[in-house]
Amino acid sequence: MAKIRGSIVVDVEKCKGCEVCMVSCPTGTIAMAKEVNSKGYFYAYPANPELCIGCASCAIVCPDGVITVYKTKI
Amino acid sequence: MLEATGLKEIIKPENLTYRRSEVLVDNTLSYCPGCGHGTTHRILAELIEELGLQSQTIGISPVGCSVLLYHYLDVDIQQAAHGRAPALATAIKRLLPDKFVFTYQGDGDLAAIGTAETIHACNRGENILIIFVNNGIYGMTGGQMAPTTLIGMKSSTSPRGRDVKTMGNPLKMTDIVATLPGTYYVTRQSVHTPANVRKTKKAMRKAIEYQKLNKGTCFVEIVSNCPSGWRMTPVESNKWMEANMIPFYPLGDLKTPAE
Repeated sequence: MAKIRGSIVVDVEKCKGCEVCMVSCPTGTIAMAKEVNSKGYFYAYPANPELCIGCASCAIVCPDGVITVYKTKI
Repeated sequence: MLEATGLKEIIKPENLTYRRSEVLVDNTLSYCPGCGHGTTHRILAELIEELGLQSQTIGISPVGCSVLLYHYLDVDIQQAAHGRAPALATAIKRLLPDKFVFTYQGDGDLAAIGTAETIHACNRGENILIIFVNNGIYGMTGGQMAPTTLIGMKSSTSPRGRDVKTMGNPLKMTDIVATLPGTYYVTRQSVHTPANVRKTKKAMRKAIEYQKLNKGTCFVEIVSNCPSGWRMTPVESNKWMEANMIPFYPLGDLKTPAE
């Protein structure tokens, strides 16, 4: 069976670190970074990128629209 | 652009599943982290882009947090006096009936100072879309009590919680306008989970399509959070909203057109 793999791109400077994406990610791909961006927010990043299934749940709840999602079958 | 990326081999244009709508200007939104306004703006921008309405849309921004709507949506926007957005939208829609006209209002704007305009515009059945973002508080001015504040809910002007005896009951604006003959489609949604975002988008798409058919006022309430005003983290505020706001303001369609 073809496996669906995804990948996200987070616009770090626009992220406000609200963590809404982290709790809505069904696979635990996203975590908050230990560093901050220039505004001082702990931004979201794909901590476990191999778990991403490209469902775009994170992107559609993101209030700031900072996440871009890619998806493919392998 | 500084980016945090996942697996690089999947990031190709042909694999693109979701991107920020181009109707949403490339500005950082001024809203607090986790605010439902941002999500609502994004849904609106996506729908305007998908339905190809960018050059035909006129929006009315209110007074409140979302007064800066015109900074973020790349469509024509007029800013109304406090609460008067439906009156302004009435005029614009009557003068330019081919345009898609929407108002975007918070609970302080729509349910407090603009009650009369809202009720009369809905009662006349003006052919506009009213988007009502209800977070139960005056967010911009520092978290004062709004008409929609829940009983017992703390705000800066009701520090011991809203007391029915002295402060009255919360106002269910959406239930009121659903009883008016002029409204065509009245619904209440939220944007705190992916499933709710999808439902809200579907509801707003329907409302935009009904306006094309000249059916009457469409009213979409979005129950939202206010992490700063409620003094909570965004995730906590979403949980609090689910536990307290949504039982009082149940989600779903309040008035659907007879098919």
